[in-house]
Amino acid sequence: MTAAMKRFLDSDLWWSFTRSPVTVLSAVVALVCVLGAALAPVIAPHNPFDLASLNLIDAFKPPAWDEEGVREYLLGTDDQGRDVLSAIMYGARVSLLVGLSATLFATLLGVSLGLLAGYAGGALDSLLMRICDIQLTFPSILVALLVDGITRAALPRELHDQIALFVVIFAIGISEWPKFARTVRGSTLVERNKEYVQAARVIGVPSARIMVSHVLPNVVGPVLVVATLNLGLAILSEATLSFLGVGVPPTQPSLGTLIRIGNDFLFSGEWWITIFPGLALIAMVLSVNLLGDWLRDALNPKLR
Amino acid sequence: MFAFIISRILQAVPVMLTVALISFAMFAYVGDPVAIMLGQDFTEAQRDALVRDLGLDQPFWMQFAHFVANAVQGEFGLSYRLSRPVADLIAERAPATLELAFCAAGIALLVGLPMGVYTGLYRNSWLSRFFLTFSLIGVSLPTFLIGILLILVFAVWLGWLPSFGRGDTVRIGWWTTGFLTWSGIKALILPAITLGLFQLTLIMRLVRAEMLEVLRTDYIKFARARGLPNRAVHFGHALKNTMVPVITIVGLQLGAIIAFAIVTETVFQWPGMGLLFIQSVGAADIPVMSAYLMLIALVFVSINLIVDLLYYAVDPRLRIGRGQGGH
Amino acid sequence: MSNAPPLLQVKNLRVEFPTRRGTLVALDDVSFDIAPGEVLGVVGESGAGKSMTGAAIIGLLEPPGRIARGEILLNGRRIDNLRYEEMRRIRGKEIGAIFQDPLTTLNPLYTVGRQLVETMTTHLPIGPAEARKRAIGWLEMVGIPAAAQRIDSYPHEFSGGMRQRVVIALALCAEPRLIVADEPTTALDVSIQAQVIALLKTLAREKGTAMMLVTHDMGVIAETADRVAVMYAGRIAEIGPVREVVKHANHPYSEGLMASIPPLDRRVERLAQIDGAMPRLSAIPRGCAYNPRCPQVFDKCRALRPDLINAGTTQAACWLYDTETARD
Repeated sequence: MTAAMKRFLDSDLWWSFTRSPVTVLSAVVALVCVLGAALAPVIAPHNPFDLASLNLIDAFKPPAWDEEGVREYLLGTDDQGRDVLSAIMYGARVSLLVGLSATLFATLLGVSLGLLAGYAGGALDSLLMRICDIQLTFPSILVALLVDGITRAALPRELHDQIALFVVIFAIGISEWPKFARTVRGSTLVERNKEYVQAARVIGVPSARIMVSHVLPNVVGPVLVVATLNLGLAILSEATLSFLGVGVPPTQPSLGTLIRIGNDFLFSGEWWITIFPGLALIAMVLSVNLLGDWLRDALNPKLR
Repeated sequence: MFAFIISRILQAVPVMLTVALISFAMFAYVGDPVAIMLGQDFTEAQRDALVRDLGLDQPFWMQFAHFVANAVQGEFGLSYRLSRPVADLIAERAPATLELAFCAAGIALLVGLPMGVYTGLYRNSWLSRFFLTFSLIGVSLPTFLIGILLILVFAVWLGWLPSFGRGDTVRIGWWTTGFLTWSGIKALILPAITLGLFQLTLIMRLVRAEMLEVLRTDYIKFARARGLPNRAVHFGHALKNTMVPVITIVGLQLGAIIAFAIVTETVFQWPGMGLLFIQSVGAADIPVMSAYLMLIALVFVSINLIVDLLYYAVDPRLRIGRGQGGH
Repeated sequence: MSNAPPLLQVKNLRVEFPTRRGTLVALDDVSFDIAPGEVLGVVGESGAGKSMTGAAIIGLLEPPGRIARGEILLNGRRIDNLRYEEMRRIRGKEIGAIFQDPLTTLNPLYTVGRQLVETMTTHLPIGPAEARKRAIGWLEMVGIPAAAQRIDSYPHEFSGGMRQRVVIALALCAEPRLIVADEPTTALDVSIQAQVIALLKTLAREKGTAMMLVTHDMGVIAETADRVAVMYAGRIAEIGPVREVVKHANHPYSEGLMASIPPLDRRVERLAQIDGAMPRLSAIPRGCAYNPRCPQVFDKCRALRPDLINAGTTQAACWLYDTETARD
């Protein structure tokens, strides 16, 4: 363990990490976001879902540093007297959950299909890549919107509301798989023609095992980069869908939902209801993107 | 040249047909159009008549052929939500979206391209670092938040610009334009910046990456070794080679602007196709959704064709059949 | 071989690459001259610093590489410390360059004619029409058939060998007095290597152009060069007239290198080979860099770095030729 730790601390990855203050800062911000979201039930000052604790007298309180602010509500309250800070923490939970699940789904789907296309070649390869091509010409948010719209039309309303969270995850995941498939297919083609894979083939190792045990480890790096960069995108997609009112159900508000709700109060002067969730979203996505950028540069020395 | 165009158009046909198939499948199988169109009370006879009218009693391929034939004529049926012909709805809103997209694309290109070239050439200057930071924030900022922030600052706090709608428009034939009135132009500024900013940062980052890639090539080193002035090396040799990959992606990005307009139009209540689409998604208004999908596909296919033609103009290697070059 | 004042002088050149794990010394204490019209061959294994020397001379070291010490003089004028714009005027005009891979050295989007014309109009006081006329002349000179038609062709319409001819025309068209040719034939088919070398040799002789010919092909050197410099681990191991170095190498490394060339006139059962590999730049041993592989190594080699010492017909960086050592 200590040896592995030492090797990690001595690696180029760690070195380039410590050398870039921006990367370290984004890692810290990302960590704060994740911890704040994960531990929301424990550390949030209020429970925004506990209707009994809401008091309309506390509605529209500005942030604590404002003259009319109350110390109890650091970032102010919304139209129902909900603590904005707590709502952000709970909202970040939903945003992160959807973003991570969608990225995981897209990764699994894309990696499997990419491996299959790259390794099998032939008609299957052409078909899968053609689908990728067509889908990639459309922005992922449009694909996600369509998938969401279709499920909305296909499913009865109650059922749709129940599984809305999964629909969003599915829609975003579906909209992003081609990038993974492309990356993996490209790397697979390179690996497939290398001698060790040819050798494994010759001695009769089953194709599936070659793919999983020989080819897969070699595509982990690029996949990790695409996944990190896509995590930011997935979080954004979710926020956009929710902002448009077709995302997660209102009973489980994400940051995007909070921004949409707050947007209605922008003109009456209660800017904090929408701006703070917005800033939280920016912090989260920006830190993830910066980490992704760094990872890409660190794993791809050619571009340094 | 002519053969090239024909072959590209032929390549676009399967794509359009695939999208048409998806649109049609949505149209035919998602939800029950008959039930939606008839509402609560109907007789069995009314129902059968409508099924016949819609051609739903015919086999799948016949229905599909019918759908494609109608689509080619711009016929997409009635909107479930508004009970008006989809084609009319879209035609009414297309000018708003196209004018917005045109301005946003202009901003993205005219600003993004020079910024990308600059950051590629002077990668270590402080201005480049500033541009890069700015671009990263641009990529990470969701479009709707940019819109909200702009509204907060310029509409709510400063009160300089309107926050929603198109302002006054002028009707020219069936086209309504906001370009000809002062309020129309004022109303366009914030949405166009909102919509263009993301593409701008994307174009800048892309051009920069390609520029860096090209500057590392042997022919650039050789151009330097021949003692050509920096201006010739950068703008003659490097930029032209950068353009080859950039054209493709920029083309697609400009196409994406029309799709991304959905979000911007929602933020600014801009009466365009995107707003229509999002209202249709919310109401499961399948005819509008499928028509919009077809329209977007058509836009992308056309852009692809233009991109291919530009490619053809820039890269001489495409003008001669493959196989002549090499060793 | 010649008493004319040198065209190019390289004095104690040291090139460094700062990296995260300390500074790598890519070239150290490299000194040599090239006389007008002379062809200097530079040989050595990959990574010995041959190409780096060429890059330093044309002032196009890849960052973060930099000249840390030493001087480069062209006609007695220092050129290693010139500003980019001043050096640019020298590149192409006074020092031409030929790169290794003709498939990648020509800009694919411009016709060869345009690339020739822009090079000439940049450096010579002539207009585009005159430049075009001369461009056709150059293409003819380097042996492109139907030059007047081919001038408007794009690089991809030429074969590899033809493209290298175009590159040679580009390097020579502003009539430089020195050509730095970095492995000009390595990327070509074996069958056309000889033609390209012959062309280069003829043109250099006709125009009186001096040449620094970097290659790892001793056959090419023996055929073309007047003098040869053998490089090892960023230093010059031996330098001298090509005949002497090929036939009677003094440095044990050059000796090993020459022994590994298959002779044309007789059959050999097994070619000699030097045991071991050249050290990485980050792990150059103390003393003589060659000492771990040298069959004649002795104590002093492990402690002190030898400079170039007169070794009869050549100069060799080897303690064997140090008079004091010999006396010990």
